[in-house]
Amino acid sequence: MTRLHIDWTACDGRGLCAELLPELLAEDDWGFPIARDGSPSPAVPGPLEPAAQRAVDRCPALALRLLRDTR
Amino acid sequence: MTVFAEAHTGAVQRRLLADGDHGPLPTPDAAQLVGMARDAGLTGRGGSGFPLWRKLNAVIASGRPPVIIANGAEGEPASGKDKALLAYQPHLVLDGLQLVARAARASTAHLYVPRPSALRAVLAARRDPIPVTLVAAPDAFVSGEESAVASAVAGRGAVPADKLTRLPDTGTLVQNVETLAHLAMIARYGAGWFRAAGTYDEPGTFLATVSGAVAAPGVLEAGYGVTLGSLIAAAGGPAGALSAVLVGGYHGAWVPADPELPISRAALAPFGASPGAGVVMALPSGACGLTENARIAGCLAGQSAGQCGPCVNGLPRLAATLADLAAFRSRPGLPAEVDRLTRLVTGRGACRHPDGTARLIASAMRAFSADVAAHLSGRCLATSGRFLTTEARA
Ligand SMILES: Cc1cc2nc3c(=O)[nH]c(=O)nc-3n(C[C@H](O)[C@H](O)[C@H](O)COP(=O)(O)O)c2cc1C
Ligand code: SF4
Ligand code: SF4
Repeated sequence: MTRLHIDWTACDGRGLCAELLPELLAEDDWGFPIARDGSPSPAVPGPLEPAAQRAVDRCPALALRLLRDTR
Repeated sequence: MTVFAEAHTGAVQRRLLADGDHGPLPTPDAAQLVGMARDAGLTGRGGSGFPLWRKLNAVIASGRPPVIIANGAEGEPASGKDKALLAYQPHLVLDGLQLVARAARASTAHLYVPRPSALRAVLAARRDPIPVTLVAAPDAFVSGEESAVASAVAGRGAVPADKLTRLPDTGTLVQNVETLAHLAMIARYGAGWFRAAGTYDEPGTFLATVSGAVAAPGVLEAGYGVTLGSLIAAAGGPAGALSAVLVGGYHGAWVPADPELPISRAALAPFGASPGAGVVMALPSGACGLTENARIAGCLAGQSAGQCGPCVNGLPRLAATLADLAAFRSRPGLPAEVDRLTRLVTGRGACRHPDGTARLIASAMRAFSADVAAHLSGRCLATSGRFLTTEARA
C-alpha cells in the first residue's frame, strides 16, 4: 500500500498540497495539511496516486514523499 | 550482592541502587547478549518500553556502521533517576554501554549527559576496550528524543529529525542509561535472576522518581507491579490527602491516588497511562489539578523544538485554552475544543512530543472531570468548593 509521508520539519504550511489533493488532504487551523482520514500518513488509493505524485513533485519545501510497501 | 527470591510481585527493593561493586563484567558475544536480553524481557526505561533485544538485533542486522549511544539526557522535568543512577552507579551504565557496543562491533561508543565533566574522572579510571566519548546534552525537554540524541552526537543540533526509517535500521542504537545498567546486571546474574523481580509479563525493577506531596521525595527502585501505595510509603508517605497522581512523566497520564494501583503497563493501560520513565508525582487535595495541568501544558508548549507547524501552533493553543479553564475564563464548548486540539496535534510532528503532550492533557480532562465542571461554573473543588468572587474570576 502507498502512503503519503509528511516531513513536518520541512513543511511550511502554505497548503498547496491540500489544493492539489483535496480528496486526501485538508488544511488545519494554521494551513498545515491534515489527512481527511485522521491518520498521520494517509493511505493513497491507487486512482489517486498520480495526483499524490504531483503534490509530492510540486511541494515547494520537498516535504512530501510517497512510501510504498513499507510499514 | 544478595540474590533476591521474592515473589512475582513488585516490591520496593535495591538492585541498581544496591551498594557495592559488582565485580568483573562477563564478555558475552552478540548472540548471547541478544538472547539474554530477550530471555530477561528487558525493555527500555527511557519511556517507550520497547524491548532492547529487538533494537540491538536491528542494529547488528543493518550492516551500517554502528553508532552506539547511552542516553542520559533526562529532559523530563519531573525525573531525576538517570542523574541519580549516573552519580551512584555510573559503572553499571558504562558496563552496559560496553556490552552493546561490543555486540554491534562498534569502535567507539557515546555517553550523552547534561554535565559530562562530572563523568570524566569515572571514565578515565576505567580500562574500557571500546573508548567512550562524552557528549553534552542541552537542557531541553526534546534533547533526549532519540533522533535529537543521534543528531547531537553527529555534531549537529539536538533537535528531532524526520523519520522515514527507524533509527536502529540505520545502525544507530540509542538506549536509556538505566536500560544499559539493567543489561550489565543481567550479563552478571542472568535472565532468571532479573525476572525474579517484577511481574511475569513485565519483569525486572525500574527506577522511580517520586515527588510532589510526599514526605521524602526522591529516587527509589521497585519491581514492576509495585503498588502506588508502597512507592509513596517508601518516599516517606503522603504529605496529607492526595487527589491524583501523575504517572510516567510530563508525557504520562493522571491516575487516581489509589494506593492499591499497581505500577505496570497492564494495570495503568485503562487510564491511558504507563510506567514510562518512572515518574510518580503526587497532587495534594488542596491543589487544583486543572491549574497544575495548565502549568505543565504551558511548560511543554514552551519546549516544542519549533520545527513542526502543528506542534509549534497547536501546543501553545492548547496551553492557552487550559490556562483559560484553570482561571475560570470559561466559554461554551471549551472542553470540546481541548478534545479537538489534542486530536489535531497527535501524530503530526517529527517526534512524539505533541502525542505525549496530548495524552497527558486528555488524561487530565478525564481524571479532573468534576473539577472541569466546577471551573466552568466558576467554582474550584480543590480550594474547598467555595464560589469565587467576580473579581477573582476576571
Ligand atoms: C520529546 C521526547 C523526549 C525524550 N527524552 C528522553 C530522555 O531524556 N531520555 C531518554 O532516555 N529517553 C527519552 N525519550 C525517549 C527516546 O526517544 C528513546 O525512546 C529512548 O532513549 C530509547 O531508550 P530505551 O529504549 O532504553 O528507553 C524521549 C522521547 C521524546 C518523544
Ligand atoms: S505543499 Fe508541502 S510545504 Fe506546502 S503545505 Fe503541503 S507539505 Fe507543506
Ligand atoms: S514535533 Fe514538536 S518537539 Fe517534536 S520535532 Fe516537531 S516541533 Fe520539535
